[in-house]
Amino acid sequence: MDYLLTDEQKMIQELACKIAVEKIRPVAAKYDQTEDYPWEIIKILAQSDLFAIFVPAEYGGTGGGIMDLCITTEELSRACGGIAVCYAASALGTFPIILFGNDEQKKKYLPDLASGAKVAAFGITEPEAGSDASAIKTTAKKVGDHYILNGLKHFITNGGDAETYVVIAMTDKTKGARGASAFIVEKGTPGFTFGKKEEKLGIRASSTRELVFTDCKIPKENLLAKEGMGFIVTMKTFDMSRPGVAAQALGIAQGALDVAVKYAKERQQFGKSISSFQGIQWMLADMATQIEASRALIYSCARAIDAGCKDVGTSSAMAKMYASDVAMKVTTDAIQILGGYGYMKDYPVEKYMRDAKITQIYEGTNQIQRNIIALDLIRQAAKIK
Amino acid sequence: MNIIVCIKQVPETTEVKINPETNTLIREGVKSIVNPFDVYAVEEAVRLKEKFGGKATVVTMGPPQAEAILREAISVGIDEGILLSDRAFAGSDTWATSYTLSAAIKKIGSFDLIICGKQASDGDTAQVGPGISAHLDIPQVTYVKKIEEIKNNIARVERMTEEGFEIIEVPLPALITVVKEINTPRLPSLKGMMRAKQAKITHWKAQDIEAQAENLGLTGSPTQVVKIFTPAPRAGGQVLKGETHEIAEKLAEILKPELN
Repeated sequence: MDYLLTDEQKMIQELACKIAVEKIRPVAAKYDQTEDYPWEIIKILAQSDLFAIFVPAEYGGTGGGIMDLCITTEELSRACGGIAVCYAASALGTFPIILFGNDEQKKKYLPDLASGAKVAAFGITEPEAGSDASAIKTTAKKVGDHYILNGLKHFITNGGDAETYVVIAMTDKTKGARGASAFIVEKGTPGFTFGKKEEKLGIRASSTRELVFTDCKIPKENLLAKEGMGFIVTMKTFDMSRPGVAAQALGIAQGALDVAVKYAKERQQFGKSISSFQGIQWMLADMATQIEASRALIYSCARAIDAGCKDVGTSSAMAKMYASDVAMKVTTDAIQILGGYGYMKDYPVEKYMRDAKITQIYEGTNQIQRNIIALDLIRQAAKIK
Repeated sequence: MNIIVCIKQVPETTEVKINPETNTLIREGVKSIVNPFDVYAVEEAVRLKEKFGGKATVVTMGPPQAEAILREAISVGIDEGILLSDRAFAGSDTWATSYTLSAAIKKIGSFDLIICGKQASDGDTAQVGPGISAHLDIPQVTYVKKIEEIKNNIARVERMTEEGFEIIEVPLPALITVVKEINTPRLPSLKGMMRAKQAKITHWKAQDIEAQAENLGLTGSPTQVVKIFTPAPRAGGQVLKGETHEIAEKLAEILKPELN
């Protein structure tokens, strides 16, 4: 299907695809096994200006938008969902600064993030605050010209490897969700350390660590927006970043389908290739159609965000939820088409399935996405009455 | 330091089809790419430019669509592209090609180094690089695998041979042809691709480079291709069996008459 990409978007797609095929695909299995952070690929992405595409031009970016980020994430995920999320999670950590940073904060942090000299991360999740983000226990206490951070974040993608962190902490516990604030914290700040690196089912090339704050003193200039804006920052950031997660799921699904089609043509049973059997053909047709439907949903949502549309929460929730459910189904079916070979690590489809699972969970579980969609439906219905 | 890189557009496949009547390549329906060895030449030029400053220019002779490979070179850091395209150039052999390229290089003017890939993947002659240096009357070093140092207008390079390598010092300006061992070419950057898309490519015809008409194209080509064919596969050979010393004796027996 032709999505009428601009010349620049076609260029981004071509470049990301080239990197995925030539540089990422050959090392995807290695990083899946070792769980090392893929610095060699991060460097290539940085040199190719791919960290610049979602940053405004005046801060060292190319001034692209969410659509550009989605195209890139999709292409990278076709080769490896784990390496792609190292990239996309940096975008997640960069968005709050783009959206809510003042000019000084943008000047200080964005150029290094746009060039890829530094990687970013976003930290909200805590052991007891997952879907219920209002249960956050990390605190930020204002003392003179500083804030003192105490608490623990966990499951933080790029944790430990990123240099620039945006962290949500409570400045006023009595106000509940309205007492949360967002802060920029740099790696190396005294009192800011990292906990254990998690061992994961999938996206194993990406790092996931705890962020530990023990009387961590940061200058008051590191507050993003105003005190009490922490959840607004988070929600607006997720509205921007969800299409990126959806694009990751899309790329994983497309990658699995690519392998399944190739295999179905090559695999001979009963004297002919299995792609000649209607049972296989119908599976492939369903997979391809579901993938194309995800793509159409993601691209239209991304374009709406880039065009400045206000109420993107529901469509970005739909895109993330649908694309990740499709990714889980398509990758499972891809294994089925490859049969016993698909279950073995010699073929990449079992990895696609392991990588797909997280897309149904992070940046809001698909159940939370359905809550967002349903609430909006009910709200709209109330207006009509 | 001013560098000129000569590159060629070639068909992507290594199994090129030949028109049996004209004995020339059939280019239709085959994707065109930068000759793979020239990619290393482009990368080396960009690295030298980054190290010493100056300007890197890329030149190609070919049909109008060869502009694409000049833009590709610009996308990885080359400053300027020049396309030599004229019906008068058609049918050039290696002599006429190197003559034409050298005329264009004279027109460009001052340069310190010319870099070419060791050979093109379609013709495989490895003659155009050395031909350019002969036409320009400057020194050449072929099969360069490393530029060790450039100092006081002298380049010290490692030249690959079948047994190992030679270290050669060559005064500049000079021409080198490079092998794939010399570097790992970079991928383009997005900003580079955007620059390449907008770059203005200079087009030169025969009259622009003040070339002698009798030296150009088919007329200027002393080589005539009589026939292009795939050589018959070699016959099976002979496998010697037995203990090592027995095999050695048998082998010596077989080789002896061949030596005389």
